[in-house]
Amino acid sequence: MTATVDEVDAPVARPASVARGYRFELVKQLSQWRVRLLIGACWVAPAIFVAAVSQQSSLPVDTVFGRWMNATGWAGPLVMLGFAGSYALPLLTSLVAGDVFASEDRLGTWRHLLVAVRSYRRIFVAKALASLTVIFVLVAGMAVSSTVGGLVAAGNRPLVGLDGHLLAPGDAFAQTLLAWVCALAPTLALAGIGLLGSVALGRSPMGLLLPAVVALVLALAQLLPLPVAVRLALPTYAFISWEGLFTSPAQLGPLLVSIAIDLVWAIVATALAYVLFLRRDFTNLSSDGSGRRAVLAGGLPLAGLLVVAFAVIAAATPSMGSGIERDKLQSSLATVFAHLYRQQAEQLHRPAVTEEQLGATAACTKGDDLVEQEGAGNDWRCVVSWHLPGVNGTGQAVYQLDVTPDGRYMADGDGPKDVNGYYQVRTPAGDQPNPLWQFDGNVELLSTTKG
Amino acid sequence: MDTSLAVRARGITKTFGEVVALDAVDLDVAPGQIHGLAGPNGAGKTTLLGLLLGLAVADDGTLEVLGTPLGRALAAPDGVAGFVDGPGLYPSLTARQNLAALVALRGTRTAGIDDTLAEVGLTDVADDRVRGFSLGMRQRLGLAAALLTQPRLLILDEPANGLDPGGKRHVNQVLNRLAADGATVVISSHRMDDLESLCDEVTILATGRVVFSGPLGKLSAESRELDYRLRTSDPEAARDLILSTPGVKATGDTDVVSALVPALDELVIALGRKGIAVRELAPVVSPLEAAFLALTDQEAGR
Repeated sequence: MTATVDEVDAPVARPASVARGYRFELVKQLSQWRVRLLIGACWVAPAIFVAAVSQQSSLPVDTVFGRWMNATGWAGPLVMLGFAGSYALPLLTSLVAGDVFASEDRLGTWRHLLVAVRSYRRIFVAKALASLTVIFVLVAGMAVSSTVGGLVAAGNRPLVGLDGHLLAPGDAFAQTLLAWVCALAPTLALAGIGLLGSVALGRSPMGLLLPAVVALVLALAQLLPLPVAVRLALPTYAFISWEGLFTSPAQLGPLLVSIAIDLVWAIVATALAYVLFLRRDFTNLSSDGSGRRAVLAGGLPLAGLLVVAFAVIAAATPSMGSGIERDKLQSSLATVFAHLYRQQAEQLHRPAVTEEQLGATAACTKGDDLVEQEGAGNDWRCVVSWHLPGVNGTGQAVYQLDVTPDGRYMADGDGPKDVNGYYQVRTPAGDQPNPLWQFDGNVELLSTTKG
Repeated sequence: MDTSLAVRARGITKTFGEVVALDAVDLDVAPGQIHGLAGPNGAGKTTLLGLLLGLAVADDGTLEVLGTPLGRALAAPDGVAGFVDGPGLYPSLTARQNLAALVALRGTRTAGIDDTLAEVGLTDVADDRVRGFSLGMRQRLGLAAALLTQPRLLILDEPANGLDPGGKRHVNQVLNRLAADGATVVISSHRMDDLESLCDEVTILATGRVVFSGPLGKLSAESRELDYRLRTSDPEAARDLILSTPGVKATGDTDVVSALVPALDELVIALGRKGIAVRELAPVVSPLEAAFLALTDQEAGR
């Protein structure tokens, strides 16, 4: 056969645009039964879960806002957020971002994709954007679904904040939305780690599970009595620090620091994944890009980032202790008590009283004063004192506090009986939950909020 | 730069760590030609095809595709399509969705999806998920994906894998039609019979080196002694003649002799003169296969 090359110096084929690559990746993602199942589950299951739990008499009081699930629909999405931060979001990012590159190795489609797109950079960007889109859809589903479930089951009622103040339904909506938006920051960090694992570990199952494993390790670390600076340097602390939005004033210091740390983690992990992706030789059929060098190239800079973040936080703030100090705990407990006392007075149709009029104070000791008066533990015992206008004498109530290392505490009333000794109060409208019997509070680990 | 060639490679070398996948490979492929790339497993065929597709760059040497030098990865010119290491397909998509996604991705002028599916004989399963496809069906869909871009240089790695005889014939017809329309086809195989019915020229690789490149006829002519299965009406008498005919050797198998074609002619004539009927005479392996084995075994033995 005779013919000639009809185009001398044929122009190099233009790469497919990022937008086209993004649509291509979305089509692939959404065609997978696993992703469809996840999306369906995230948009349906939280509503069922929240509605079902809200109807129960036994509420998940160990979970933040869990005790309010049958009192207001806004507690449901926040309980869901607490659960999502610990388990669901790391798993979801694992299954989506952790598989987005490895799936091409498994299917043997890399060379096909490269020939079609003709740009490493655009493939990477398209894959990252598509997996983030799917993750956002999953997160949005959990937020919307749990909110709908909560509102349907418990109604659009005011929410009691973590310092006892009452948030009107509109404010509760805004704060809940903001809390879910804040949770996107650590989700992004985990997604970046997922992309890195997917590139660096190839077909290995460890690549798929990396974000979940990292999140589990970090969640365990948060249970340890670590210095505040270490706690904040970990890339999932915003899964906890959103709770600071539900105090007045909001505890923004730890929240903003943790969001900034999360975003840096997301950027660095994604950039490392990009560099490793560019270095890979796709003609070498025996290699999926994984290996000791890839793991080190991905892991060491992140370990370095952790150290640098710790050093910066430690240098900028007094954060080498636990952050749980007696003064802060006393102040927090007195504030919550005063807010909730107002509610109880309203329930019992007693004369209205303000927090300022009460002038509540708390005196706490840890371990009967035999140990250092700071840090987490269930051996805090506090006496709250207050004054009622026109009444001689001082009211006093005793609380046992169980303080967790992340600053959250549960106060358990220990008398007197007519204030906090019984879980219900008798009101003209019948028996109602006693807000002073047990309640949650939150100590700000960084002392940045002027209360 | 030789612009009359669809592919021109000079001194191409590619290594993966300590492994030399390609060692100073030269390759010329004329436009409109179906060029076979043969060699045993690990000979470097897929690596060379990957370089032609622009998936990577050679460590050394020059490579021009459709008149364009390939100096960096993913810089293949427009009009180059194909697959290496199997067709890249997404099992959760249907055949039609796979092609539609590819069309949407490239965003360039393409052949019609239905026409292309019909061309490779997959119309009936167009809306079936690829997960359930056989290897042969996947190969055909991979070919369809390449044909969508109306390529001027089609590169296919082992396209006959998994195809039944009917499927091979169908694919060969498609490739012949493509070449007749002026496109160049480079296909690889480790089986010479796959290439024999299709290719104008072949290049044989062994351990990363070119051991032969040229027309198939030349390869046959270069063949050396072959083994032939010989069955006669009088095996005992034939045995004596085999032993006495110069250039013909008996082998361990009583029905097989080893000889060059002229010596074999002498033997057949002698058998006829003695009144011994030849009931079967056929090469144990085809001449091309034998040449291939001789060349590649020789290279591997170095």
